[in-house]
Amino acid sequence: MPELSNLVESLAPSGIRRFFDIVASMKDVVSLGVGEPDFVTPWAFREAAIYSIERGQTQYTSNYGLIELRRLIASHIRSFYGVNYDASAEILVTVGVSEGMDIAMRSILNPGDEVIVPEPCYVSYKPCVHLACATAVGIDTTAATGFVPTLEQLNSALTPQTKALLFGYPANPTGGTVSLEQAQMMVDFAVEHDLYIVSDEIYDRLTYEGKHICIASLPGAYERTILLNGFSKAYAMTGWRLGYACAPEKILSAMVKIHAYTIMCAPIAAQKAAIEALSSGEPAVKDMVGHYNRRRRLIVAGLNEIGLECHLPNGAFYAFPSIKSTGMTSEEFAERLLFEEQVAVVPGTAFGAGGEGHVRCSYATAIDKIEIALHRIGRFVRNNSLVGTAR
Amino acid sequence: MPYFLMDEILTILEQDARTSIESLSRMTGRSMDDVRKSVADYEKSGIIKNYKTVVDWSKAGSTRVFAFIDVKVAPARDVGFDDVAERIYRFPEVHSVWLVSGDYDLRVVVEGENVQQVGLFVAQKLSTIDRVQATSTHFLLKRYKEDRTVFVDEGEDPRLIVSP
Repeated sequence: MPELSNLVESLAPSGIRRFFDIVASMKDVVSLGVGEPDFVTPWAFREAAIYSIERGQTQYTSNYGLIELRRLIASHIRSFYGVNYDASAEILVTVGVSEGMDIAMRSILNPGDEVIVPEPCYVSYKPCVHLACATAVGIDTTAATGFVPTLEQLNSALTPQTKALLFGYPANPTGGTVSLEQAQMMVDFAVEHDLYIVSDEIYDRLTYEGKHICIASLPGAYERTILLNGFSKAYAMTGWRLGYACAPEKILSAMVKIHAYTIMCAPIAAQKAAIEALSSGEPAVKDMVGHYNRRRRLIVAGLNEIGLECHLPNGAFYAFPSIKSTGMTSEEFAERLLFEEQVAVVPGTAFGAGGEGHVRCSYATAIDKIEIALHRIGRFVRNNSLVGTAR
Repeated sequence: MPYFLMDEILTILEQDARTSIESLSRMTGRSMDDVRKSVADYEKSGIIKNYKTVVDWSKAGSTRVFAFIDVKVAPARDVGFDDVAERIYRFPEVHSVWLVSGDYDLRVVVEGENVQQVGLFVAQKLSTIDRVQATSTHFLLKRYKEDRTVFVDEGEDPRLIVSP
Protein backbone atom coordinates (compact mmCIF):
# COMPACT_ATOMS: atom_id res chain seq x y z
CA MET A 1 0.00 0.00 0.00
CA PRO A 2 1.16 3.55 -0.62
CA GLU A 3 2.04 5.53 2.48
CA LEU A 4 -0.49 7.70 4.28
CA SER A 5 -0.34 11.47 4.48
CA ASN A 6 2.83 12.61 6.24
CA LEU A 7 0.91 15.48 7.72
CA VAL A 8 -1.61 13.19 9.38
CA GLU A 9 1.03 10.71 10.47
CA SER A 10 2.88 13.51 12.21
CA LEU A 11 -0.23 14.47 14.21
CA ALA A 12 0.05 13.50 17.88
CA PRO A 13 -2.80 11.22 18.98
CA SER A 14 -5.30 12.82 21.36
CA GLY A 15 -4.21 12.31 24.98
CA ILE A 16 -7.80 12.07 26.07
CA ARG A 17 -8.45 9.16 23.74
CA ARG A 18 -6.00 6.86 25.52
CA PHE A 19 -7.59 7.67 28.85
CA PHE A 20 -11.06 7.12 27.43
CA ASP A 21 -10.11 3.59 26.41
CA ILE A 22 -9.06 2.75 29.97
CA VAL A 23 -12.21 4.24 31.50
CA ALA A 24 -14.47 2.52 29.00
CA SER A 25 -13.21 -0.87 30.18
CA MET A 26 -14.34 -0.23 33.78
CA LYS A 27 -17.64 -0.51 35.61
CA ASP A 28 -19.45 1.76 38.09
CA VAL A 29 -17.26 4.73 37.35
CA VAL A 30 -18.37 8.15 38.58
CA SER A 31 -17.22 10.37 35.78
CA LEU A 32 -16.02 13.93 36.14
CA GLY A 33 -14.49 13.48 32.72
CA VAL A 34 -17.33 14.52 30.48
CA GLY A 35 -16.93 17.63 28.36
CA GLU A 36 -20.58 18.13 27.55
CA PRO A 37 -23.74 19.21 29.41
CA ASP A 38 -25.64 16.53 31.32
CA PHE A 39 -28.87 18.21 30.27
CA VAL A 40 -30.75 16.92 27.28
CA THR A 41 -31.52 19.57 24.66
CA PRO A 42 -34.59 21.48 25.92
CA TRP A 43 -37.73 19.94 24.52
CA ALA A 44 -38.89 23.04 22.66
CA PHE A 45 -35.75 22.95 20.47
CA ARG A 46 -36.07 19.23 19.83
CA GLU A 47 -39.74 19.64 19.03
CA ALA A 48 -38.98 22.38 16.50
CA ALA A 49 -36.58 20.06 14.69
CA ILE A 50 -39.05 17.18 14.73
CA TYR A 51 -41.75 19.46 13.34
CA SER A 52 -39.47 20.63 10.54
CA ILE A 53 -38.67 17.03 9.61
CA GLU A 54 -42.36 16.14 9.62
CA ARG A 55 -43.02 18.98 7.23
CA GLY A 56 -40.37 17.64 4.88
CA GLN A 57 -37.75 20.33 5.47
CA THR A 58 -34.91 18.00 4.62
CA GLN A 59 -33.00 19.91 1.92
CA TYR A 60 -29.70 21.72 1.64
CA THR A 61 -29.67 25.26 2.90
CA SER A 62 -27.54 28.14 1.65
CA ASN A 63 -23.82 27.43 2.20
CA TYR A 64 -23.93 30.16 4.82
CA GLY A 65 -26.89 28.58 6.63
CA LEU A 66 -30.53 29.66 6.83
CA ILE A 67 -30.80 33.43 6.64
CA GLU A 68 -33.39 33.41 9.44
CA LEU A 69 -30.86 31.73 11.73
CA ARG A 70 -28.06 34.09 10.70
CA ARG A 71 -30.27 37.09 11.41
CA LEU A 72 -31.02 35.71 14.86
CA ILE A 73 -27.31 35.11 15.49
CA ALA A 74 -26.54 38.67 14.38
CA SER A 75 -29.14 40.17 16.68
CA HIS A 76 -28.04 37.89 19.54
CA ILE A 77 -24.43 39.09 19.27
CA ARG A 78 -25.54 42.68 18.87
CA SER A 79 -27.75 42.60 21.95
CA PHE A 80 -25.30 40.73 24.19
CA TYR A 81 -22.00 42.26 23.09
CA GLY A 82 -22.77 45.26 20.91
CA VAL A 83 -20.92 43.87 17.90
CA ASN A 84 -22.59 44.29 14.50
CA TYR A 85 -22.14 41.47 12.01
CA ASP A 86 -23.92 41.58 8.66
CA ALA A 87 -26.14 38.49 8.59
CA SER A 88 -25.85 38.19 4.81
CA ALA A 89 -22.04 38.22 4.52
CA GLU A 90 -20.29 38.02 7.87
CA ILE A 91 -21.88 35.00 9.54
CA LEU A 92 -21.40 31.35 8.58
CA VAL A 93 -23.28 28.50 10.22
CA THR A 94 -20.79 25.67 10.79
CA VAL A 95 -20.80 22.07 11.92
CA GLY A 96 -19.84 22.98 15.47
CA VAL A 97 -16.96 25.19 16.53
CA SER A 98 -14.78 22.23 15.49
CA GLU A 99 -15.42 22.90 11.83
CA GLY A 100 -15.22 26.65 12.38
CA MET A 101 -11.76 26.22 13.93
CA ASP A 102 -10.54 24.05 11.07
CA ILE A 103 -11.67 26.37 8.28
CA ALA A 104 -10.53 29.45 10.18
CA MET A 105 -7.02 28.03 10.29
CA ARG A 106 -7.04 26.91 6.68
CA SER A 107 -8.32 30.32 5.59
CA ILE A 108 -5.65 32.44 7.23
CA LEU A 109 -2.51 30.26 7.34
CA ASN A 110 0.24 29.49 4.86
CA PRO A 111 2.93 26.82 5.30
CA GLY A 112 5.54 28.11 7.72
CA ASP A 113 3.22 30.51 9.54
CA GLU A 114 3.06 30.37 13.31
CA VAL A 115 0.08 30.65 15.64
CA ILE A 116 0.45 31.50 19.31
CA VAL A 117 -1.74 29.27 21.47
CA PRO A 118 -2.01 29.69 25.26
CA GLU A 119 -2.07 26.32 27.03
CA PRO A 120 -3.58 24.30 28.61
CA CYS A 121 -6.20 24.50 25.88
CA TYR A 122 -8.87 22.53 24.12
CA VAL A 123 -7.45 19.45 22.41
CA SER A 124 -8.11 20.46 18.81
CA TYR A 125 -6.50 23.91 18.71
CA LYS A 126 -2.96 22.85 17.93
CA PRO A 127 -3.90 19.98 15.58
CA CYS A 128 -6.05 22.40 13.53
CA VAL A 129 -3.02 24.68 13.14
CA HIS A 130 -0.88 21.68 12.24
CA LEU A 131 -3.38 20.43 9.65
CA ALA A 132 -3.21 23.86 8.02
CA CYS A 133 0.54 23.22 7.51
CA ALA A 134 1.46 25.85 10.07
CA THR A 135 3.15 25.68 13.48
CA ALA A 136 1.42 26.14 16.81
CA VAL A 137 3.57 27.87 19.40
CA GLY A 138 2.28 27.03 22.88
CA ILE A 139 2.53 29.32 25.88
CA ASP A 140 2.25 27.67 29.30
CA THR A 141 -0.16 29.72 31.39
CA THR A 142 -0.70 29.25 35.12
CA ALA A 143 -3.38 29.69 37.75
CA ALA A 144 -1.55 32.80 38.97
CA THR A 145 -2.73 34.75 35.91
CA GLY A 146 -6.05 32.93 35.65
CA PHE A 147 -4.57 30.86 32.80
CA VAL A 148 -4.28 33.94 30.59
CA PRO A 149 -0.89 34.69 29.00
CA THR A 150 1.05 37.78 30.04
CA LEU A 151 2.40 40.33 27.59
CA GLU A 152 5.92 39.09 28.31
CA GLN A 153 4.91 35.56 27.37
CA LEU A 154 3.28 36.75 24.17
CA ASN A 155 6.35 38.77 23.27
CA SER A 156 8.65 35.84 23.84
CA ALA A 157 6.52 33.61 21.60
CA LEU A 158 6.47 36.18 18.82
CA THR A 159 8.59 35.63 15.69
CA PRO A 160 8.48 37.17 12.20
CA GLN A 161 6.40 34.13 11.17
CA THR A 162 3.67 34.74 13.76
CA LYS A 163 0.38 35.11 11.93
CA ALA A 164 -2.34 34.69 14.51
CA LEU A 165 -3.33 34.39 18.13
CA LEU A 166 -5.69 31.53 18.98
CA PHE A 167 -7.46 31.21 22.32
CA GLY A 168 -10.77 30.40 23.96
CA TYR A 169 -12.18 32.03 27.08
CA PRO A 170 -13.99 30.85 29.16
CA ALA A 171 -11.50 28.05 28.78
CA ASN A 172 -11.68 24.30 28.55
CA PRO A 173 -10.00 22.78 30.63
CA THR A 174 -9.21 25.52 33.15
CA GLY A 175 -12.52 27.36 33.50
CA GLY A 176 -10.46 30.55 33.24
CA THR A 177 -11.94 33.76 31.86
CA VAL A 178 -10.27 36.97 30.71
CA SER A 179 -10.59 40.34 32.39
CA LEU A 180 -11.21 43.38 30.23
CA GLU A 181 -7.58 44.48 30.74
CA GLN A 182 -6.19 41.08 29.77
CA ALA A 183 -8.42 40.87 26.71
CA GLN A 184 -7.50 44.38 25.56
CA MET A 185 -3.82 43.60 26.13
CA MET A 186 -4.08 40.60 23.79
CA VAL A 187 -5.99 42.62 21.20
CA ASP A 188 -3.43 45.44 21.38
CA PHE A 189 -0.66 42.89 20.94
CA ALA A 190 -2.41 41.55 17.83
CA VAL A 191 -2.92 45.05 16.45
CA GLU A 192 0.68 46.06 17.10
CA HIS A 193 2.05 43.01 15.31
CA ASP A 194 -0.73 42.79 12.72
CA LEU A 195 -1.99 39.33 13.72
CA TYR A 196 -5.31 37.62 13.24
CA ILE A 197 -7.23 36.68 16.37
CA VAL A 198 -9.21 33.46 16.44
CA SER A 199 -11.45 33.51 19.50
CA ASP A 200 -13.39 30.42 20.50
CA GLU A 201 -16.22 31.70 22.72
CA ILE A 202 -18.32 28.53 22.94
CA TYR A 203 -18.60 28.90 26.72
CA ASP A 204 -19.57 32.59 26.65
CA ARG A 205 -22.90 32.14 28.38
CA LEU A 206 -21.33 30.00 31.07
CA THR A 207 -19.68 32.96 32.75
CA TYR A 208 -20.64 33.12 36.39
CA GLU A 209 -19.38 36.39 37.80
CA GLY A 210 -19.18 39.56 35.77
CA LYS A 211 -19.90 39.65 32.06
CA HIS A 212 -18.30 37.66 29.28
CA ILE A 213 -15.98 39.77 27.17
CA CYS A 214 -16.54 39.22 23.48
CA ILE A 215 -13.12 39.78 21.94
CA ALA A 216 -14.55 41.27 18.74
CA SER A 217 -16.21 44.02 20.78
CA LEU A 218 -12.88 45.51 21.87
CA PRO A 219 -11.32 48.49 20.08
CA GLY A 220 -9.14 47.32 17.20
CA ALA A 221 -10.38 43.72 17.28
CA TYR A 222 -13.28 43.42 14.85
CA GLU A 223 -11.37 43.68 11.57
CA ARG A 224 -8.82 41.00 12.52
CA THR A 225 -10.97 38.64 14.56
CA ILE A 226 -12.69 35.39 13.70
CA LEU A 227 -15.29 34.81 16.38
CA LEU A 228 -16.32 31.18 16.83
CA ASN A 229 -19.33 30.11 18.85
CA GLY A 230 -22.13 27.60 18.76
CA PHE A 231 -25.05 25.91 20.44
CA SER A 232 -23.40 22.92 22.12
CA LYS A 233 -22.80 24.23 25.61
CA ALA A 234 -25.28 26.96 26.56
CA TYR A 235 -28.17 25.26 24.77
CA ALA A 236 -27.12 21.67 25.57
CA MET A 237 -26.95 20.76 21.87
CA THR A 238 -23.59 18.99 21.52
CA GLY A 239 -24.80 16.13 19.32
CA TRP A 240 -26.52 18.47 16.86
CA ARG A 241 -23.10 19.71 15.75
CA LEU A 242 -24.02 23.31 15.16
CA GLY A 243 -21.86 26.38 15.50
CA TYR A 244 -21.15 29.64 13.75
CA ALA A 245 -18.25 31.79 12.67
CA CYS A 246 -18.36 35.57 12.45
CA ALA A 247 -15.73 37.64 10.70
CA PRO A 248 -15.36 40.56 8.30
CA GLU A 249 -16.56 39.67 4.81
CA LYS A 250 -13.09 39.17 3.31
CA ILE A 251 -12.10 36.57 5.90
CA LEU A 252 -15.50 34.95 6.08
CA SER A 253 -15.84 34.50 2.34
CA ALA A 254 -12.53 32.61 2.34
CA MET A 255 -13.92 30.34 5.05
CA VAL A 256 -17.15 29.87 3.09
CA LYS A 257 -15.12 28.68 0.07
CA ILE A 258 -13.71 25.76 2.08
CA HIS A 259 -17.03 25.13 3.81
CA ALA A 260 -18.90 25.03 0.50
CA TYR A 261 -16.54 22.40 -0.93
CA THR A 262 -16.14 20.24 2.15
CA ILE A 263 -19.38 20.55 4.11
CA MET A 264 -21.86 22.22 1.75
CA CYS A 265 -24.06 23.35 4.62
CA ALA A 266 -24.86 22.51 8.23
CA PRO A 267 -27.76 20.07 8.69
CA ILE A 268 -31.10 21.80 8.26
CA ALA A 269 -32.88 20.10 11.20
CA ALA A 270 -30.15 21.29 13.55
CA GLN A 271 -30.48 24.79 12.13
CA LYS A 272 -34.25 24.69 12.79
CA ALA A 273 -33.61 23.65 16.38
CA ALA A 274 -31.11 26.49 16.73
CA ILE A 275 -33.66 29.01 15.47
CA GLU A 276 -35.96 27.88 18.26
CA ALA A 277 -33.08 28.02 20.76
CA LEU A 278 -32.29 31.64 19.93
CA SER A 279 -35.97 32.60 19.77
CA SER A 280 -37.22 31.09 23.01
CA GLY A 281 -34.29 29.45 24.78
CA GLU A 282 -33.23 32.15 27.22
CA PRO A 283 -35.12 30.83 30.29
CA ALA A 284 -33.69 27.34 29.68
CA VAL A 285 -30.16 28.76 29.40
CA LYS A 286 -30.55 30.72 32.63
CA ASP A 287 -31.89 27.65 34.41
CA MET A 288 -28.97 25.47 33.28
CA VAL A 289 -26.41 28.15 34.13
CA GLY A 290 -27.93 28.34 37.63
CA HIS A 291 -27.39 24.60 38.04
CA TYR A 292 -23.78 24.81 36.83
CA ASN A 293 -23.05 27.71 39.14
CA ARG A 294 -24.26 25.83 42.23
CA ARG A 295 -22.23 22.77 41.27
CA ARG A 296 -19.21 24.98 40.61
CA ARG A 297 -19.26 26.37 44.12
CA LEU A 298 -19.82 22.90 45.57
CA ILE A 299 -16.98 21.20 43.72
CA VAL A 300 -14.45 23.99 44.24
CA ALA A 301 -15.19 24.16 47.98
CA GLY A 302 -14.94 20.35 48.16
CA LEU A 303 -11.64 20.12 46.27
CA ASN A 304 -10.04 22.85 48.37
CA GLU A 305 -11.17 21.11 51.57
CA ILE A 306 -9.56 17.89 50.37
CA GLY A 307 -6.34 19.83 49.94
CA LEU A 308 -6.32 19.98 46.15
CA GLU A 309 -5.79 23.67 45.59
CA CYS A 310 -8.30 24.96 43.10
CA HIS A 311 -8.72 28.49 41.80
CA LEU A 312 -12.37 29.46 41.46
CA PRO A 313 -13.11 28.93 37.76
CA ASN A 314 -15.29 31.76 36.49
CA GLY A 315 -16.52 30.06 33.35
CA ALA A 316 -17.28 26.87 31.43
CA PHE A 317 -18.04 23.79 33.58
CA TYR A 318 -14.59 22.65 34.63
CA ALA A 319 -12.58 22.87 37.81
CA PHE A 320 -8.84 22.50 37.28
CA PRO A 321 -7.33 21.73 40.68
CA SER A 322 -3.63 21.36 41.32
CA ILE A 323 -2.64 17.86 42.42
CA LYS A 324 0.98 18.79 43.08
CA SER A 325 0.54 18.29 46.84
CA THR A 326 0.11 14.55 46.23
CA GLY A 327 3.53 14.25 44.59
CA MET A 328 1.97 12.42 41.64
CA THR A 329 2.00 13.35 37.98
CA SER A 330 -1.36 14.19 36.40
CA GLU A 331 -1.53 10.87 34.57
CA GLU A 332 -0.54 8.89 37.62
CA PHE A 333 -3.15 10.68 39.74
CA ALA A 334 -5.90 10.17 37.17
CA GLU A 335 -5.10 6.51 36.58
CA ARG A 336 -4.75 5.59 40.22
CA LEU A 337 -7.89 7.52 41.17
CA LEU A 338 -9.70 5.57 38.49
CA PHE A 339 -8.42 2.16 39.57
CA GLU A 340 -8.59 2.74 43.33
CA GLU A 341 -11.79 4.78 43.61
CA GLN A 342 -13.55 4.48 40.23
CA VAL A 343 -13.62 8.22 39.68
CA ALA A 344 -12.71 9.52 36.22
CA VAL A 345 -10.99 12.88 35.86
CA VAL A 346 -8.88 13.92 32.90
CA PRO A 347 -5.11 14.45 33.32
CA GLY A 348 -4.19 18.08 32.69
CA THR A 349 -1.50 16.95 30.25
CA ALA A 350 -4.22 15.92 27.78
CA PHE A 351 -4.54 19.69 27.17
CA GLY A 352 -0.86 20.46 26.74
CA ALA A 353 2.34 19.98 28.67
CA GLY A 354 1.46 23.02 30.77
CA GLY A 355 -1.43 21.05 32.26
CA GLU A 356 1.01 18.89 34.25
CA GLY A 357 0.21 19.06 37.96
CA HIS A 358 -3.50 19.52 37.31
CA VAL A 359 -6.53 17.39 36.50
CA ARG A 360 -9.74 18.50 34.85
CA CYS A 361 -12.94 17.84 36.79
CA SER A 362 -16.11 18.49 34.84
CA TYR A 363 -19.09 19.55 36.94
CA ALA A 364 -21.54 18.98 34.14
CA THR A 365 -22.93 16.15 36.21
CA ALA A 366 -25.62 15.72 38.86
CA ILE A 367 -25.02 17.10 42.37
CA ASP A 368 -25.27 13.67 44.02
CA LYS A 369 -22.61 12.28 41.69
CA ILE A 370 -20.31 15.22 42.38
CA GLU A 371 -20.72 14.61 46.11
CA ILE A 372 -19.87 10.92 45.73
CA ALA A 373 -16.86 11.79 43.58
CA LEU A 374 -15.61 14.35 46.13
CA HIS A 375 -15.97 11.81 48.91
CA ARG A 376 -13.93 9.25 46.96
CA ILE A 377 -11.29 11.76 45.88
CA GLY A 378 -10.93 12.82 49.52
CA ARG A 379 -10.37 9.21 50.60
CA PHE A 380 -7.90 8.71 47.76
CA VAL A 381 -5.86 11.77 48.70
CA ARG A 382 -5.81 10.78 52.39
CA ASN A 383 -4.81 7.20 51.59
CA ASN A 384 -2.02 8.38 49.37
CA SER A 385 -0.65 11.27 51.38
CA LEU A 386 1.96 9.02 53.02
CA VAL A 387 3.01 7.66 49.66
CA GLY A 388 3.38 11.24 48.51
CA THR A 389 5.68 12.29 51.34
CA ALA A 390 7.73 9.07 51.26
CA ARG A 391 9.01 9.93 47.82
CA MET B 1 -29.09 39.95 51.31
CA PRO B 2 -29.65 40.02 47.54
CA TYR B 3 -33.05 38.60 46.77
CA PHE B 4 -31.88 36.19 44.06
CA LEU B 5 -29.75 34.33 46.58
CA MET B 6 -32.77 33.77 48.79
CA ASP B 7 -34.50 32.40 45.74
CA GLU B 8 -31.59 30.09 45.04
CA ILE B 9 -32.06 28.23 48.34
CA LEU B 10 -35.73 27.78 47.50
CA THR B 11 -34.89 26.63 43.98
CA ILE B 12 -32.47 24.00 45.29
CA LEU B 13 -34.84 22.74 47.99
CA GLU B 14 -37.77 22.62 45.60
CA GLN B 15 -35.72 20.27 43.41
CA ASP B 16 -34.33 18.21 46.30
CA ALA B 17 -35.75 18.75 49.76
CA ARG B 18 -33.06 16.53 51.27
CA THR B 19 -30.22 18.87 50.34
CA SER B 20 -28.28 19.34 53.56
CA ILE B 21 -27.47 22.70 55.11
CA GLU B 22 -23.83 21.93 54.40
CA SER B 23 -24.48 21.35 50.69
CA LEU B 24 -26.73 24.41 50.51
CA SER B 25 -23.93 26.42 52.03
CA ARG B 26 -21.40 25.19 49.48
CA MET B 27 -23.73 25.54 46.53
CA THR B 28 -24.65 29.12 47.36
CA GLY B 29 -21.28 30.19 48.75
CA ARG B 30 -22.94 31.36 51.97
CA SER B 31 -22.10 30.39 55.54
CA MET B 32 -23.87 27.45 57.18
CA ASP B 33 -25.32 29.72 59.89
CA ASP B 34 -26.66 32.09 57.29
CA VAL B 35 -28.28 29.28 55.31
CA ARG B 36 -29.71 27.66 58.45
CA LYS B 37 -31.27 30.94 59.47
CA SER B 38 -32.78 31.55 56.03
CA VAL B 39 -34.32 28.08 55.90
CA ALA B 40 -35.73 28.51 59.42
CA ASP B 41 -37.20 31.88 58.42
CA TYR B 42 -38.81 30.37 55.33
CA GLU B 43 -40.32 27.58 57.40
CA LYS B 44 -41.58 30.00 60.04
CA SER B 45 -43.11 32.42 57.58
CA GLY B 46 -44.74 29.61 55.59
CA ILE B 47 -42.78 30.30 52.39
CA ILE B 48 -41.59 26.71 52.75
CA LYS B 49 -44.84 24.82 53.28
CA ASN B 50 -43.69 21.26 53.57
CA TYR B 51 -41.01 18.78 52.54
CA LYS B 52 -42.23 15.68 50.79
CA THR B 53 -41.17 12.67 48.79
CA VAL B 54 -42.54 11.92 45.36
CA VAL B 55 -43.50 8.24 45.37
CA ASP B 56 -44.52 6.19 42.39
CA TRP B 57 -47.16 4.19 44.27
CA SER B 58 -48.08 1.98 41.38
CA LYS B 59 -44.44 0.90 41.09
CA ALA B 60 -44.47 0.15 44.82
CA GLY B 61 -47.36 -2.24 44.23
CA SER B 62 -50.16 -0.05 45.55
CA THR B 63 -53.57 -0.33 43.93
CA ARG B 64 -54.88 2.90 45.41
CA VAL B 65 -56.85 5.05 43.01
CA PHE B 66 -56.90 8.77 42.39
CA ALA B 67 -59.67 10.84 40.88
CA PHE B 68 -59.93 14.40 39.62
CA ILE B 69 -63.36 15.75 40.45
CA ASP B 70 -64.67 18.94 38.92
CA VAL B 71 -67.23 20.56 41.19
CA LYS B 72 -69.75 23.22 40.19
CA VAL B 73 -70.62 25.47 43.12
CA ALA B 74 -73.05 28.33 43.56
CA PRO B 75 -71.03 31.15 45.11
CA ALA B 76 -72.40 32.93 48.14
CA ARG B 77 -72.23 36.56 49.25
CA ASP B 78 -69.15 37.44 51.35
CA VAL B 79 -67.53 34.01 51.15
CA GLY B 80 -67.64 33.23 47.40
CA PHE B 81 -66.43 29.63 47.11
CA ASP B 82 -64.22 29.60 50.19
CA ASP B 83 -66.59 27.95 52.64
CA VAL B 84 -67.46 25.11 50.27
CA ALA B 85 -63.78 24.64 49.42
CA GLU B 86 -62.99 24.39 53.11
CA ARG B 87 -65.70 21.79 53.72
CA ILE B 88 -64.12 19.75 50.98
CA TYR B 89 -60.42 20.13 51.83
CA ARG B 90 -60.97 19.11 55.45
CA PHE B 91 -61.62 15.52 54.35
CA PRO B 92 -58.32 13.64 54.71
CA GLU B 93 -58.85 11.72 51.47
CA VAL B 94 -58.74 15.00 49.58
CA HIS B 95 -55.23 15.73 48.24
CA SER B 96 -55.78 19.04 46.52
CA VAL B 97 -58.46 21.63 46.01
CA TRP B 98 -58.11 24.46 43.51
CA LEU B 99 -60.48 27.19 42.42
CA VAL B 100 -60.30 27.25 38.63
CA SER B 101 -61.87 29.11 35.72
CA GLY B 102 -64.10 27.40 33.16
CA ASP B 103 -67.25 25.30 33.26
CA TYR B 104 -66.64 24.08 36.80
CA ASP B 105 -65.39 25.99 39.83
CA LEU B 106 -63.40 23.67 42.06
CA ARG B 107 -60.98 21.00 40.93
CA VAL B 108 -60.52 18.37 43.62
CA VAL B 109 -58.06 15.47 43.78
CA VAL B 110 -59.24 12.55 45.89
CA GLU B 111 -57.46 9.36 46.87
CA GLY B 112 -59.17 6.08 47.77
CA GLU B 113 -58.65 2.34 48.21
CA ASN B 114 -60.63 1.57 45.09
CA VAL B 115 -63.00 3.03 42.53
CA GLN B 116 -66.05 2.22 44.60
CA GLN B 117 -64.73 4.02 47.67
CA VAL B 118 -64.01 7.18 45.70
CA GLY B 119 -67.39 6.92 44.01
CA LEU B 120 -69.12 6.71 47.37
CA PHE B 121 -67.14 9.68 48.66
CA VAL B 122 -68.36 11.78 45.75
CA ALA B 123 -71.95 10.60 46.04
CA GLN B 124 -72.27 10.82 49.79
CA LYS B 125 -69.91 13.56 50.89
CA LEU B 126 -69.12 15.89 48.00
CA SER B 127 -72.39 16.09 46.09
CA THR B 128 -74.42 16.56 49.20
CA ILE B 129 -72.66 19.72 50.36
CA ASP B 130 -74.94 22.75 50.16
CA ARG B 131 -74.51 24.82 46.97
CA VAL B 132 -72.69 22.00 45.17
CA GLN B 133 -74.64 21.83 41.94
CA ALA B 134 -72.81 19.24 39.87
CA THR B 135 -69.72 17.04 39.83
CA SER B 136 -67.73 15.34 37.10
CA THR B 137 -65.32 12.58 38.12
CA HIS B 138 -62.22 11.51 36.16
CA PHE B 139 -60.19 8.55 37.38
CA LEU B 140 -56.43 8.66 36.98
CA LEU B 141 -55.26 5.93 34.64
CA LYS B 142 -51.53 6.58 34.28
CA ARG B 143 -49.07 9.10 35.63
CA TYR B 144 -46.66 10.43 33.02
CA LYS B 145 -45.35 13.47 34.83
CA GLU B 146 -46.28 15.06 38.12
CA ASP B 147 -44.81 18.14 39.82
CA ARG B 148 -42.08 18.17 37.16
CA THR B 149 -41.13 14.58 37.90
CA VAL B 150 -41.39 12.26 34.92
CA PHE B 151 -42.81 8.87 35.93
CA VAL B 152 -41.59 7.03 32.88
CA ASP B 153 -38.13 5.52 33.31
CA GLU B 154 -35.61 7.51 31.31
CA GLY B 155 -32.58 5.27 31.10
CA GLU B 156 -28.90 5.77 31.84
CA ASP B 157 -26.74 8.78 31.06
CA PRO B 158 -26.12 8.29 27.33
CA ARG B 159 -22.96 10.44 27.21
CA LEU B 160 -19.48 9.13 26.50
CA ILE B 161 -17.87 8.66 29.89
CA VAL B 162 -14.86 10.82 28.98
CA SER B 163 -14.89 13.45 26.25
CA PRO B 164 -12.78 16.50 25.44
